[in-house]
Amino acid sequence: MTAVLKDEAAPIRSEEDVVRVRQRVRQAALELKFSLVEQTKIVTAASELARNTLVHGGGGTMRIERLSDGSRQGLRLTFDDQGPGIADLALAMQDGYTTGHGLGLGLSGSKRLMSDFTIESRLGQGTCVTVTRWR
Amino acid sequence: MPAITLTRLAEILARHQDDVLRDWTTQQLKSATRRSDLLNESDLRENSRQFLAAFTAALQRAKGDDITGSDWADVREILTSISGSRATRGFTPSETAMFVFSLKEPVFDRLRHEIKDVQPLAEEIWGTTTILDKLGLLTTEVYQRARESVIKRQQEDLIELSTPVVKLWDGILAVPLIGTLDSARTQVVMENLLQQIVDTGSGLAIIDITGVPTVDTLVAQHLLKTVAAARLMGADCIISGVRPQIAQTIVHLGVNLGDVITKPTLALALALAFKRTGVVVSRNAALTAQV
Amino acid sequence: MDRIPILKMGEFLLVTIQVDMHDRLAMTLQDDLMEAIRARAARGVLIDISALEIVDSFIGRMLGNIAAMSRVLDAETVVTGMRPAVAITLVELGMSLPGVRTALDVEKGMELIRTSTRLLEGDDRRAQG
Repeated sequence: MTAVLKDEAAPIRSEEDVVRVRQRVRQAALELKFSLVEQTKIVTAASELARNTLVHGGGGTMRIERLSDGSRQGLRLTFDDQGPGIADLALAMQDGYTTGHGLGLGLSGSKRLMSDFTIESRLGQGTCVTVTRWR
Repeated sequence: MPAITLTRLAEILARHQDDVLRDWTTQQLKSATRRSDLLNESDLRENSRQFLAAFTAALQRAKGDDITGSDWADVREILTSISGSRATRGFTPSETAMFVFSLKEPVFDRLRHEIKDVQPLAEEIWGTTTILDKLGLLTTEVYQRARESVIKRQQEDLIELSTPVVKLWDGILAVPLIGTLDSARTQVVMENLLQQIVDTGSGLAIIDITGVPTVDTLVAQHLLKTVAAARLMGADCIISGVRPQIAQTIVHLGVNLGDVITKPTLALALALAFKRTGVVVSRNAALTAQV
Repeated sequence: MDRIPILKMGEFLLVTIQVDMHDRLAMTLQDDLMEAIRARAARGVLIDISALEIVDSFIGRMLGNIAAMSRVLDAETVVTGMRPAVAITLVELGMSLPGVRTALDVEKGMELIRTSTRLLEGDDRRAQG
């Protein structure tokens, strides 16, 4: 069973916060001794999801958790907002679909960059995306 | 199967922890699987003390025998650490599991002392043996995973040594891939190639798969991703040594090579690379006449 | 840092991105570059990202925009120095940066721009003559 060894939260309310999110996630990935390529993938996924939270979710929070599952370690990031929510999840997960001016790769791309990906969203209530990368 | 009762065990261990620890340690020191060559007495005492303390504490908290729950997290961590350290010292997984199983005897002795009725005694012994079996098996799992990660690291080192990136000419690199490729190995080689492209400032890389008997979808995809990454960086790749069987596999797998250039041999790939970089090779007529 | 500096090197403009940019800074760079191309009648823009540890879809889009907009202003853009880890991640992310030309370093980038503009102008001359 997975044990949570460390838990920290960060606000996502401004563009500067998104930069801070990248730095904190990079730090956490370094501590867990992920390889350089893995670190880059994790921080990039975090950047995409944090921006989504800010731009589409109207701001929210990120949680960083360090997990231990027997002998392997993992990094879990949770992005939470109380924004308008996503109407059609399947559509949102398609490459290229965007309701803004982005490339539409944030959700589908982050899924490819991480080991595990889950998303919950309710119209009018908000969105919560959880991604994990195992070593 | 009857539900596991551990309540009396929890209470008895809490009261008699020191006695049980003493008996257990003495027994371990006398046992045939002692391995005093690998583990000294003070470390053995410390391991036992830590484990028994955590085990007793977990029993107070736990509502059942599910050792995967959060109540048992401390015990799992201690066992993982003991298991890992013993594996490094050279203990076999059975020897490490024996560490946990050997706790049964002193605990059963204590239970027989404290519980006089046969039925409750039988239930507590059953509960004890079930939980210690699970914990003992956990150590073997941890051992397996530790060994696997050592092997994986050694494999990665081997890969780096066995698949060197060579410089064929100014600005032209080559990676001769030999043997069966698996996903992990291909990834390591490809990351290495991309780094070499940057370090040497080479705009062209030839990936030669003459020595590769078969290619599966994952490997083909890794190759294509490497070419895509090299292009993003400003370099280009040529895949050479594509044999007819591999060409067939690629088509059957539905992998789309897109506009990736392939050449049947490394020589032809090199010729193309020269052409692209403006290198001209000519033969000196005077020298060949002498031969 | 308020703005990212743009250096003029002959007919080229050179931008070296060395900070982790927040989105506003990236948009400002875009605007500043377009103004600089116009003001200096530059033929080429070199964006060196060798110090960038991360390129996400926002930055990718910025690079694509710069390439497209500069082309309209008759200038070629080349992005140089992309790190291997970044390239691997972009491929996994699904970004191919279409319309963005790349080179391993600034020198090769300048060479690339010179060669392509030479070819284009060669065509023009042949068409006229």
